Amino acid sequence: MFFSWDLLFEALMFGVLLGCFYAAVSIGLSVSFGLLDVPHVAHPAVMVLGSYCTYLLASYGWDPLVAGTVLMAPFFVLGMLIYRFYYETFEKRGTEAGVRGLAFFFGVAFIIEVGLIMVFGVDQRTVNAPYIGDSLRLGDYRIPHRMIVAFGVALVLTFTLSAYLSKTFTGRAIKAVAQDEPALRLMGANPVRIKQWAFGIATAASALAGAMLIIVGPVEPAIDRLYIGRTFAIVVLAGLGSMTGTLAAGLILGIAESIVLMFFGASWAPAVAFGILLLVLGVRPQGLFGR
Amino acid sequence: MEQSRRKVLKAGAALAVAAGLPVRAARAQQNVVKIGMSMPQTGSLGAGGQAALVALRLWVDDVNAKGGLLNRKVEFIAYDDQTNPANVPGIYTKLLDVDKVDLIIAPYGTVPTAPLMPMAKQRNLLVMGNFSFQVNAKVKHDMWFNNAPWNDASSWSDGFFANGKRVGAKSVAFLAADQEFAQNLANGARALAKKDGLKTVYDQNYPPTTTDFSSLIRAIRASKPDMVFVMSYPNDSVAIVRAVNEIGVGSGVKMFGGGMVGLQFTPNMVNLGSLLNGIVNYNSYVPGMRYPGIEDFLARYSKRAVEAKVDPLGFYLPPFNYAIGQMLEQAIRAVNSFEHGKIAQYLHGNEMKTVVGPIKYGKDGEWANPRVVQAQFRGIKDKDMDQWRRPGKQVVLFPEQYKTGDLVQPFEKARG
Repeated sequence: MFFSWDLLFEALMFGVLLGCFYAAVSIGLSVSFGLLDVPHVAHPAVMVLGSYCTYLLASYGWDPLVAGTVLMAPFFVLGMLIYRFYYETFEKRGTEAGVRGLAFFFGVAFIIEVGLIMVFGVDQRTVNAPYIGDSLRLGDYRIPHRMIVAFGVALVLTFTLSAYLSKTFTGRAIKAVAQDEPALRLMGANPVRIKQWAFGIATAASALAGAMLIIVGPVEPAIDRLYIGRTFAIVVLAGLGSMTGTLAAGLILGIAESIVLMFFGASWAPAVAFGILLLVLGVRPQGLFGR
Repeated sequence: MEQSRRKVLKAGAALAVAAGLPVRAARAQQNVVKIGMSMPQTGSLGAGGQAALVALRLWVDDVNAKGGLLNRKVEFIAYDDQTNPANVPGIYTKLLDVDKVDLIIAPYGTVPTAPLMPMAKQRNLLVMGNFSFQVNAKVKHDMWFNNAPWNDASSWSDGFFANGKRVGAKSVAFLAADQEFAQNLANGARALAKKDGLKTVYDQNYPPTTTDFSSLIRAIRASKPDMVFVMSYPNDSVAIVRAVNEIGVGSGVKMFGGGMVGLQFTPNMVNLGSLLNGIVNYNSYVPGMRYPGIEDFLARYSKRAVEAKVDPLGFYLPPFNYAIGQMLEQAIRAVNSFEHGKIAQYLHGNEMKTVVGPIKYGKDGEWANPRVVQAQFRGIKDKDMDQWRRPGKQVVLFPEQYKTGDLVQPFEKARG
């Protein structure tokens, strides 16, 4: 093992960038699972769908970041449709909806994966942009531009969603539906519409996260499987429904992974990340920022 | 009385029909010979697996156009194992016990093949191996025949180390995926490094879930090696090449690469383009290597591959998968039988003629004369697929009989 303060600084720096990327890919799930209690295991698959749509637009000369932003609108509608179907078919019908809903979202993930294979094949896909493949050089330090982009997008997504949820009427209604749905109903609001709207927002965030995914690295249709455990771990570690908590949890996992990769056995990286999750849940079962 | 006579007649008719069924089924069986396999068609090896299937189906069509094998049409069955080794034993059980296949071919890759080996040995089955590495080293199954151009643990990497030695490399860094294939390769490479007196300055295994390689590449740079030997799977290989371009591995590195799977697949080669320049990596075939029938095969493969939306060039796996079919065909015709033991005996004792050249097997079912190519990417341009069809873009450094140039080093200079 090599140790130097320079290397430690770089490990921290890479960890922060990686952590922000993890937060960006988890933030949609933080809304759908954390706030709405929907067992959305198809979240990474929807994100990969976002990556492929970004790839498609990028092949017509679009910048991937712009493509991801534009895709948020159709993905918002897609999210509303998915939730409406889920509500009518499962949630409306009783308390076992959670378990059956899990099967539904596994089905959605499977359909997306197979659909992508049929349309695009199984080859890896990448996009090109001026900020992919080069790095910012500060003396001896080099910071990949693509990770800086992921860092920026994660910050924008987190703080925009936080502000939306706490400062707007609909945002506060989304928080209210997470806390006490019957009370919201008694006040004359329609919780289903609020949840549908919130699920649309979560899916829109997944479109941008999908653009991040293909900016950071190559994607293939089955890559969503790599992210199921990681994104759920981040949302649970954060404390269900906390946007800033999601950013903090992503940073913790990213920094832990980066330091372990650089200084200790890289094979230990996933174990350390999930070890932190177990440790935190042992001390604070509600997660870092949960109430 | 009338009633019971009717019953007897009905029972008799039913028995006659039932007795006839197996005969009919057996007749149907005799008209075809079934060849089955599990193949990664999705997951990290899916791209290679689908390209290999195009080649195998091409062989099936070719052999059926000639009347089949011993007057039986070849029926080919392939199931997707999703690059998940846990699916493999179940798939082969179905192939053998439900589909009743006559012959089996191993899935592409080391990780999916490993779980097949104990079953193959237990049931005494002939297995045509498919680009796996060292899976028979411990099992020692005597009816195993690998189509890949390597044999023992060091045969894959000796070309890389021989070139390193030639340019005076004194130290090496290892970066390996934490799974069966890469670890088998790493063991051979470590043994070679020790034999050559190289100092190992960095040796790290990474989990297959690794997203970003910046930290690992930075750690390699800090260790200041003369050579970096990387053993990675397709998704990781692309991410590593990008991280090297962004972070750099240091001006002292003379050679970088070695065992990176995925840099032989056309979509990755086209996507990475000039980022590949300077990397020295293993391969099975590069344009310029001449064997009887290879160019005709590649032309016909290419047409089908475009329709199937898979690797349009298909240099790496497809010719060797077509060769599996050619070897089976040659052996079955020679022994005039589908008996596994007889076919195995023939494969052990004879040189096979294939589109990837003559293949002679050693006792362990690996190539008696390995010829893993180590080639350096040179002068690669971005977004140009046709350049890959021309010789010279992958300069062969090893083996000597195929050599087309010397190593350009250090790595930073070779990257242009």
